[in-house]
Formats: sequence, C-alpha cells, structure tokens
Amino acid sequence: MTALKLTNISKHFGAIHALSGVSLSLEPAQVLGLMGDNGAGKSTLVKIIAGNFPPTGGAIQIDDREVHFAQPIDARRNGVEIVYQDLALCNNLTAGANVFLGRELQKGWGPFRILDYKKMYQRAGELFAELKSETRPRDLVRQMSGGQRQAVAIARTRLSEPRIVLMDEPTAAISVRQVAEVLNLIRRLRDHGIAVILISHRMPDVFAVADRVAVLRRGRKVADKLISTTSPEEVTGLITGAIENA
Amino acid sequence: MDITLQDTIDRQQHGAAGRLMASQTFWVFLAAIIAFAYLSVATSSFDTSQNLFNVARNCAFVGIIGLGMTAVIITGGIDLSVGSVLCLAGMVAGMMMSWDYPIWVAIPCALGAALACGFINGFLIAYVHMPPFVVTLAMMSFARSVAMVLSGNQMVYQFGVDHAKMVAIGGGSTRGWFNALAASSGPDSTLSAVFTWLGQSIFIPNPAILLVLFALVFGFVFRWTRWGRHIFAIGGNEHAATLTGVPVRRIKVSVYMLSALMAGIAGILQVGWLGTITTGMGTGMELVVIAAVVIGGANLAGGGGTAFGAVVGAVLIEMIRNSLTLLGINPFWQGVFVGSFIITAVAFDRIRASRNPES
Ligand SMILES: Nc1ncnc2c1ncn2[C@@H]1O[C@H](COP(=O)(O)OP(=O)(O)O)[C@@H](O)[C@H]1O
Ligand SMILES: [Mg+2]
Repeated sequence: MTALKLTNISKHFGAIHALSGVSLSLEPAQVLGLMGDNGAGKSTLVKIIAGNFPPTGGAIQIDDREVHFAQPIDARRNGVEIVYQDLALCNNLTAGANVFLGRELQKGWGPFRILDYKKMYQRAGELFAELKSETRPRDLVRQMSGGQRQAVAIARTRLSEPRIVLMDEPTAAISVRQVAEVLNLIRRLRDHGIAVILISHRMPDVFAVADRVAVLRRGRKVADKLISTTSPEEVTGLITGAIENA
Repeated sequence: MDITLQDTIDRQQHGAAGRLMASQTFWVFLAAIIAFAYLSVATSSFDTSQNLFNVARNCAFVGIIGLGMTAVIITGGIDLSVGSVLCLAGMVAGMMMSWDYPIWVAIPCALGAALACGFINGFLIAYVHMPPFVVTLAMMSFARSVAMVLSGNQMVYQFGVDHAKMVAIGGGSTRGWFNALAASSGPDSTLSAVFTWLGQSIFIPNPAILLVLFALVFGFVFRWTRWGRHIFAIGGNEHAATLTGVPVRRIKVSVYMLSALMAGIAGILQVGWLGTITTGMGTGMELVVIAAVVIGGANLAGGGGTAFGAVVGAVLIEMIRNSLTLLGINPFWQGVFVGSFIITAVAFDRIRASRNPES
C-alpha cells in the first residue's frame, strides 16, 4: 500500500508554471526529503497535497484512493497534516489555543457547548513535553522564540492520528539543539507508521532522517533516490543544475 | 530543576494584577470612576437621579451597538453602517406600527431588515472580498436612503394599537416594572409595598438593563465559545485561521449580521424612547460607537477587544458629553474631547506594542 501517490501533478499561477508533471509516491513509515532551490515549487507541491489549492492537472491518491481536496480541512480529514513554512500561528492567542485552532475541544450538553480550556491546555502541555519543548501552553505566541513557535506548529500535527505529515522548512529558523529535537520528532512520527515529507534547505538534516530524497528544479522532479544510493555532493549538483538528471 | 509537567501547564505568564495593569480597559475604567467622582463633587446636577438616568440611557444605545461593533473589530473589520441600520430598523418598526401592525410583527420585521443589511455587508466582505470600509460605507448610504423612502417624508409619532408597549419598552425603566408588579400584587399587601419601595429606590432605564444583559452574554460568548475563539483567530491571522480549518467566511458574515442586529435593537429602543422617528436618527452614531469601542481597548488592527471594554468606553464617552453640558462648556468642544481620548487610547496601545517588538 502506498500512503501517497502523485501522478503528473502540475500547477500554473497565470503564466508561471510552478509545477510541471511531478509524480511521486511514498510508503507508510517513510521519510522523503524534498529539496530544491528557492522557487523550485516545493511549497506549492506540499500545499496541493494539503488541500490549499487544487492542482491544475494530475491526480492525488491516498491509501490507493483518489482524493480531491477543496480546502485544507478535507485533507486533514484524509489524514494529511502540514506544518506551514510561515507556521500559520495567531500571535494574539496562546500556544494551547493555537494548537487546537479549528478543532477546539468542547464540553457541555447538546447545543450548549463551551470550550474545554482545562483539557486543551492539559493536552497541549503533554504534546510540548513529548516534543521536549519548554513551551508553556498558556503563554501568548507573540512572545515566543522561533523554536517555541515551531513546536506549537508541530504539536498541532499530533492532535489527530495522521497518515502523512508534511513539513515545510521546519528547521529553518531554530537553534541547533532544537533542530535535533525536530529531527527526533520526525523519527518518532515515522516509528508510528506515518509518512513524512520534509522540505529542507539543510543537507545534513535530510541525510540524517530521510530514507529518500527527491529534488525539484524549476517545477520538475529531476531526481528521486534512496539516501543510501546518493551523496550530498550529488544532491547539491542536482539542485543547482550542475547535474542535469539522476 | 524540579518543575513538573503540571506546573508548566498551569503556569500563567503574568499574575492577575500584572494582567490588570497591562489592560487598557482597566485604566479607562479607572478614568471613568475618577470622572464620576469628580463630577459628583464639582457639580450639583451630575449625580441627580434624573441626570444619571439620562446618562445611563444614552450610553446604553452606544454600548449595545458597541458590543456588535467589538465583534466586528476583533475580526479586523469595521462597520460604518450601524447608524443608518439603526435608523432603518427604527423606521420599519415605527412605520409598520403606525399602519396598525401589532408590535410582535413589527419588531421581528425591523430586526429582519437589520439582519438583511448585515448579511449583505458580510457577504460582500467575506465572499466577494471587498474591503469592509467600502462595503459598510455604501450600506451607510443605502440603508438611510431606504429608511427615507419608507418614511414617505413624514414624521411618525403615533404607533397604532401597540403605541403604549413600544413607548414602555424603549422609554421605560425599572420603576415602571416595579410599579406594575406592585399594582398586580393587590392593594395594601406587604408585597405591593415592597415593590413600590423598590420602584422608588431603583431607577434604571430599560436600555441600560438590556446593555448589562447583552454585555454578560457577549463577554461569555467571546471567551467560552468556538465562535468567540474563531473571531479572535481571524483578527490575529486570517490566513492561519483559514489554513487550520476555521470557517472564516461564514464567521465574517455572522459578525456583520450580529453588528447590524445590535444596531437594529438599539434603533427599536430609541424609537420607543423618543416616541417619534426621524430620518436623521443615528446620524454620526457609527463614529461615537467606534470611538467608544477603541477607547475601551479594542484593537482596530484586529485580534483584541472585550465586551466590558465596549461598555466602559460607552460610559466614558457619555460622561464626557454630559459633563461638558453640566460644566457649562460649549458642546461644540465635545468632538475635541472624544478625539483626544481616542488618540490617548491608541497611544497607550502603541507604547505597549513598542515595549514588545514582536507583536
Ligand atoms: N499563490 C501564488 N501565486 C502566484 N505565484 C506563486 C504562488 N505561490 C507560488 N508561486 C510561484 O511559484 C513558484 C514556486 O514557488 P514555491 O513553491 O513557493 O517555491 P519553493 O517553496 O520551492 O521556494 C515561484 O515562482 C513562486 O513565485
Ligand atoms: Mg517554500
């Protein structure tokens, strides 16, 4: 069974061809490093998988079923979670509120339902502890460091039992120690049988956790290899175009 | 380090006192209390029950609309049409009653007209992506114009079969209710004497009672419901709210409908109080309401505001207006005072933001 299968995905923004004919498949419990230069189309690709916008052409299958996402919530219902590059956090809300944004826990009777603050803060606190983050659930996101904000965004993906987790540059803005924690988290997701796509500019991160690496260049997939069969030098060449194809 | 998980979960950023001191609403509340004390001492006419009654009633209209406006402002929007919607709702209620429709038909129709205005606002803003400022500016013109057409350019001061009820709702007070209770509990009974006594000592206009009730409901809904959480999320980061599955467009429509509904309610109350309707009713009201809400601590950039703040802002503005009259200052100065308060309030906010550069 494949967790995710993309066939001939293309995406045009007016005259810009952000993606052309990208096919990709991913097994459960596999980590795919997705690399490419700025503007190569990485974010666009994961946003299509996450239901942010439909592809111009091509098909998406999840667990061997074809799916069409009209909005992010559809993707989420199909077990796709994403950590956005800009993290999608509300500065004016607490860390706990951000974790539960859009899926707040409620308590009450029939139509009279109120927010269950206690349970949400409890669960958020546990998730942060699991991530070994010092983030406190009742703190406002406004006052948080890059790493803490990252932890909030990642904690979100753990609310459900996702099949696929997409991460757009999760290690771009955080300290070395926190990078190691995020990589550990990715390994833990994989151990739960979750398929992960990790977009990163940082070669060491990809080689540390990924099983496979795919390279996008100007909207086309130019390589898709097992980590054990490639090297950082080859991937760098593929990204820059010094190596045409692999 | 022996900080347990539970400590981390329960840990609040600041203590209760710290949060209070950092809240603009608290300082405005303090200012209102000081102004109240000062006016009671400095003038003989401020703390008479009749004057306080008038202030309470006037600030009730501003406050009731201000609650709806607060919801709009929390989402990062603005509603300039409330003054005109107030007039339209009042006009629909008044005209229908003058045609001898019973009050229980006229009021729902008036509120329906207000909700329709709010729906049009919300739809154009949320689904057609027009700027709130422009849409509600157009509605401000549109709704008043419809009210004028409806009025047939005549003054209405006779509300048909239910005239007395209409006047009692908007113009009445606790005194009226207690007196009615006293009358119905039989002559010479102890109960009757108690109600009469209550009626003499408690003298609160109906709109002010409604304001308090509405404020409690809004305060609760803002803090304890998903809808409340979502309006703050939309104001904080609309894009993030959309991405996380918050039904942003539906909530925006609901917020403008709520604002219009509150304006409609205020319109009906105002017609009952005045006992007449004119096409000029509620002119300029949007500015007073927005000023009250901003002074009370709502953030025009979105993401912040409270029901209590809207009430406190309304009280402070009405006290300023009232005191200028009592102190014998030319009422034309009102705008200068209100304007200065708005700037002071926003300056407060800027100072806090600059201490905290990440916001
Ligand atoms: N919403 C959009 N509208 C128009 N062009 C876009 C949009 N999103 C991305 N693009 C364009 O698509 C291309 C790929 O962008 P992106 O996927 O963000 O690249 P990457 O994440 O690999 O840096 C870029 O040329 C970018 O300008
Ligand atoms: Mg990107």
